[in-house]
Amino acid sequence: MRDVAIVGVGMTRFGELWEASLRDLFVQAASEALHSARADHLDAVFIGNMSAGQFVGQEHIGPLLVDHLGMAGVAAGRVESACASGGLALRTAFVEVASGMSDLVMAAGVEKMTDAADATEVLATASDQELEAYHGITFPGLYAMIARAHMERHGTTEEDLSWVSVKNHRHGALNPKAQFPAEVTLEDVMRSSMVADPLRLLHCSPVSDGAAAVLLCPLDQAKQYTDRPVRIRASGLATGSMALADRKDISFLDSVQLSAQRAYTMAGLTPADIHLAEVHDCFAIAEICCIEALGLVELGKGRAAARTGETALGGRIPVNTSGGLKSKGHPVGATGIAQAIELCEQLRGEAGARQVKGARIGLAQNMGGSGASSVVHIFEGV
Amino acid sequence: MPSPRYWREVPNRFRLEATRCSACGKVNFPARAICPACRGTASEKVTLTREGMVVTSTVLYVAPNEFAMETPYAVAIVETPEGARLMAQLVDCDPADVKPGLPVALEFRLIRQEGHGGILCYGHKAVPAGV
Amino acid sequence: MAGIVGYGAYIPRQRIRAEEIARQWGRDAASIEKGLLLREKSVPGLDEDTITISVAAGRSALERAGIDPQRVGALYIGSESHPYAVKPSGTIVVEALGIGPHVHVADFEFACKAGTEAMFVALGLVESGRVEYAMGIGADTSQGAPNDALEFSASAGGAAYLFGRDALLADVLETFSYTTDTPDFWRREGQFYPRHGGRFTGEPAYFKHVLAASRGILDKSGLKPKDFKYAVFHMPNGKFPLNAGKTLGFTKQQMETGWLVPTMGNTYSGSSPTGLAAVLDVAAPDDLILVTSFGSGAASDSFVLKATALLPERRGRARTVRSMLDHPTRYLTYGQYASYREKIILND
Repeated sequence: MRDVAIVGVGMTRFGELWEASLRDLFVQAASEALHSARADHLDAVFIGNMSAGQFVGQEHIGPLLVDHLGMAGVAAGRVESACASGGLALRTAFVEVASGMSDLVMAAGVEKMTDAADATEVLATASDQELEAYHGITFPGLYAMIARAHMERHGTTEEDLSWVSVKNHRHGALNPKAQFPAEVTLEDVMRSSMVADPLRLLHCSPVSDGAAAVLLCPLDQAKQYTDRPVRIRASGLATGSMALADRKDISFLDSVQLSAQRAYTMAGLTPADIHLAEVHDCFAIAEICCIEALGLVELGKGRAAARTGETALGGRIPVNTSGGLKSKGHPVGATGIAQAIELCEQLRGEAGARQVKGARIGLAQNMGGSGASSVVHIFEGV
Repeated sequence: MPSPRYWREVPNRFRLEATRCSACGKVNFPARAICPACRGTASEKVTLTREGMVVTSTVLYVAPNEFAMETPYAVAIVETPEGARLMAQLVDCDPADVKPGLPVALEFRLIRQEGHGGILCYGHKAVPAGV
Repeated sequence: MAGIVGYGAYIPRQRIRAEEIARQWGRDAASIEKGLLLREKSVPGLDEDTITISVAAGRSALERAGIDPQRVGALYIGSESHPYAVKPSGTIVVEALGIGPHVHVADFEFACKAGTEAMFVALGLVESGRVEYAMGIGADTSQGAPNDALEFSASAGGAAYLFGRDALLADVLETFSYTTDTPDFWRREGQFYPRHGGRFTGEPAYFKHVLAASRGILDKSGLKPKDFKYAVFHMPNGKFPLNAGKTLGFTKQQMETGWLVPTMGNTYSGSSPTGLAAVLDVAAPDDLILVTSFGSGAASDSFVLKATALLPERRGRARTVRSMLDHPTRYLTYGQYASYREKIILND
């Protein structure tokens, strides 16, 4: 396997982007990525997207979007793993380059959610349709159950959850591409309207439009495109039981732990080696569960990490300096790629006010549904 | 909800039919061709008892369109005496009273319907035991 | 002879008080309660209907009978609120109860007497020897129009009766039906609420048929009111059954066990069947029971039953009517009631 580097990045703002269609979003992000690497061709394109079929009635978006990029003919396809579609696209592109199959590959992610009449219902198709969605559960509902199980097991409180949102908004306020680039207070969060007990509106990531793209090539060709490549040291992919009812411990995300173990092993690293992480905070409780499953904090200690500043900028292990899904936004398929872009900027020293000093090794964790899939990538500044 | 997709699930939704793996004894609900615990393929039919205990739950205030008129409603994971777990709405009680360990009975209820013209979809919901 | 080998009832757990409905329409609660002899009624949840009520009652009936559901050869449900206009309720109920597929199923309707009608046919089929066991169910979730007198009484509930030849809990000694064409209460296809002829629903409809059927069965069986321990009549409100019973020569004591309407409301096809279940919950061996239903359109079905020695032993296997009637989970506001009864206009 060859060493692989990221040599170009591009991303739209995330938010309610009424003027932009699915096609517009992709073309904008992809063009910016190509431009940033001064690249004029591509060998392959993999696009992460959860559900263009349900959101805008469009399937077969691999060829469609590459056509609109002016590159009809290029090898392309869509990959899907619900909210982990972006991470899966990155992994697919990584393997395409590492295997020697292609030399310049784009991994992109895009989602156009605001055209859809009922985003709640579309998102719920990532859960078990026959066992869970059938009974009227929603995504916030599934994570609310996970939250209650975590509260029962570890004593996590609603305030603990709320500190995650406060921290991520403080980071997002520094991110010009964020959907909600503004701070929120603890009171704001704890008084926001209840969505699925105990999760309130400000514990939940928003519905967003957006696209992001990165360019990958073999590390030994990176100089053709950039002075500051970022090496992808590892990729770990795992699945877990789909239905919450089938999980041994509802408060623990097995797929996250497994995907992380595979990545750490491949990279020859441990959690202690990670300087910063972008983690899948679709709901505040998800960040707490994920940092525990990733081994970044001890099991049971996740609840205090945001409150004490351990995972804040300036803390021991900054998590979601981008603002996370909560403040940055969560156009589902694009998130996994946006996480990679934040880490690239950090590892290149280009994160401005969000910069983590001395950041050399970063971890991105992207999760699908209520945790039935997870993909972890570890990046190193070169 | 297309009719065939609904009709295929009648044995598990209407009668709580499950399977017990012949190799490891795990009760799988609904029936599985391959046991998720041991990958065994031989099993025998088992019908779940219509009672159980709440494992975890939530109360939904924002619901999908089809369920909008029912909010707020509680949904729980319930474990039956056979060790099988299932997701079900919890009704005929104050959602605030739903806690892990609450004993429940499973009752046959209308789960969803598609507007005024689609088929009616039935299944089981949980009510607090003794209510 | 054939008779009841198992029985069960189900009444939804939510209620609304007559005074809350009166408050909504600016009516005087006290005079309504006095006029109807009715204080509150059961309200089904959005997830309850004739089918779910039938399943609950049917499960209790099978538990009391203690037989393998596969031995049930026929199942009939009578209701005026079948969930589908075309597609039977009975097929969903047999699948839920584990009955069939070697079973005969039909849905019945005849306003409020569709329940006793299903019971009559189930009984006859067992008596003929064509099937070993047959179930007849009466259940309803019928509607009363807003600001109409019926809105105070139209409620939800039902009871199921399993008929067989052995191990009877109650023997059916006699039946008698009295039927004429009388347009006292009706609903045309496509209409949401039924309509009625006001005071015409009294003498020429309810009383004429209830009295004729009851007198007919007393004649046919050679029995007198004083021979009976219990009498159950269809209960559209609290007053009509008491008046009918009194006219026939029954006492309040004989009627009070089956007189559920003051707190249950009128469960239409479930009315006298649920009243009978309440009686079976307490009757002693050899007690004689009279049941007369009434269905608008119009007709009454009468039954004379005799409790057996097996009844006290078996009835503890399932919930009693009083345990359900006396322990509602909550009382609704009119707004909640209107929402659950789908009286609020929604887009499709």
